[in-house]
Amino acid sequence: MNKSKVSLGYDFVKGFIDENPTFKLAIGMCPTLAVTTSVINGFWMGVSVVFVLAFSNVFVSALRKVIPDEIRIPVFVIFIATPVVIVELLMRAYLPAIYDILGIFVPLIVVNCLIIHRAEAFAYRQPVINSLMDGLGSGMAFTINLMVIGAIREFLGTGQIAFGSVAFPEVPLFEPAAVMLTPPGGFITLGVLMALLNIAVARVNKRKKAGSDIGYGNC
Amino acid sequence: MENRLLITSSPHIKSTRTVQGIMLDVVIALIPAAIAGVVLFGFRSLLVILASVASAVASEAVYQIAVKREVTINDFSAVITGLLLALTLPPNVPVWIPVIGSAFAIVIVKQVFGGLGANFVNPALAARAFLLAAWPLHMTQDWLNPRAYDAVTSATPLVAFNSTGQTALTFKQLFLGQRLGSLGETCILALLIGGLYLIVRDVIDYRIPLGYLGTLAIGTWVFGKPGAFFQGDGLSAMLLGGAFIGSFFMATDYVTSPVTPRGRLYMGIGAGIITLIIRLWGGYPEGVTYAILFMNLVTPLIDRYVVPRYYGYGHDEMARRKAAGGETR
Repeated sequence: MNKSKVSLGYDFVKGFIDENPTFKLAIGMCPTLAVTTSVINGFWMGVSVVFVLAFSNVFVSALRKVIPDEIRIPVFVIFIATPVVIVELLMRAYLPAIYDILGIFVPLIVVNCLIIHRAEAFAYRQPVINSLMDGLGSGMAFTINLMVIGAIREFLGTGQIAFGSVAFPEVPLFEPAAVMLTPPGGFITLGVLMALLNIAVARVNKRKKAGSDIGYGNC
Repeated sequence: MENRLLITSSPHIKSTRTVQGIMLDVVIALIPAAIAGVVLFGFRSLLVILASVASAVASEAVYQIAVKREVTINDFSAVITGLLLALTLPPNVPVWIPVIGSAFAIVIVKQVFGGLGANFVNPALAARAFLLAAWPLHMTQDWLNPRAYDAVTSATPLVAFNSTGQTALTFKQLFLGQRLGSLGETCILALLIGGLYLIVRDVIDYRIPLGYLGTLAIGTWVFGKPGAFFQGDGLSAMLLGGAFIGSFFMATDYVTSPVTPRGRLYMGIGAGIITLIIRLWGGYPEGVTYAILFMNLVTPLIDRYVVPRYYGYGHDEMARRKAAGGETR
């Protein structure tokens, strides 16, 4: 029990780098590529996923000892589908414009493999509080990923980044590349970001290793 | 005195050919087409070519320095990529288009996958496909009238040819390149000089252009005329569009074409069929870019299934080995 409390912070943070859903695990690709044509779409998709993921992780974890192994996947899906319906109805009621854009991808969160992956690989074996942290961490990392991809694609594809009715810069500085708003543009952006993150992580690890080598060189 | 007796293991016969030498041959072979482009479409074309080549070489150098690899810009492969890309662009494109295109070709298509020899599709063609998807208006409307140098935004003669099966241009106009089209694709004479030079120098295999252009000509002859079979204009089909430059200079790229002679013939035929389908029944006016990119992707499969017969083995033995799932190479 003590050990799990120590790792609570890690359970939250690991989603950002070590187990980054998009760039390390490469899961949840469908919404990642489909809705990231703008920052704002990515943001709302990400918020929906954070809510669904936290909800499903908590319930899966709380009931992990009574869920029979053989039918655990259908049970997970029920815990995932419930918050998805909540999100969908809320979004329809209060953010109809966003719902029109995200459309089918909101109900499709049910089959987002990021969520079922966290349920199967983490929440099904871990205490509730850890699962909650894991869900929030992974979900927020996912949101940031979508927003970064969305920002790059929106900027290169339309020449500006829009926040509601305000766009920056006001006039596009260059002729926008239409391809960035299409699926190939999504794949190119994803691939480049994935490579950059891996390079950065490899550099940091190497430096850490070199540092420890100097420190404990004689061991 | 120097020891003249060398004791080494095989191979004992070494080719004197180098990557640099082969690439230089390709550059030489492309120069007629580049000159023809400048003569036909004016000095603007020269600017496009220079921008494209400079950007390709600079991208290669910058990337290789950034990732601390050996800088290989002196092997001319980046020059070829830049030159080929420029020759496939409309002559009146803004100069930043070849600059971005070449950087994309070198960094995203070639270097990220491991540099020369490791790219899975032809970098120049992939960059052209990217530019076509990114700035479709520039890539389909920035034409120049040959010798008059005035800008036109009408469709190229290939579009009319695809729908009617005939062209108003004479053979002489087509052969000398006096038509709307990409910078280096129009002058068949120049491309033929370069292509024959490469074949004579044994740099490229004649089977790829033969299979490609042959399939395209025969296919157009059969299906090219709407409402009638066997009346299409197969000759003009070869001369219009980018089939000539594509089949001689792009489809023959060593890295992305099959290694066996028979495989190369199949690649040419496959590219010809896809070009034909896109031209006659597809949504794009020209299909050379996508046809060759597609065949690049299929190349590993062709190499897998077109296996040369071992010396000393009969066909039966090869078939038996294949059926047994054994190593056939």
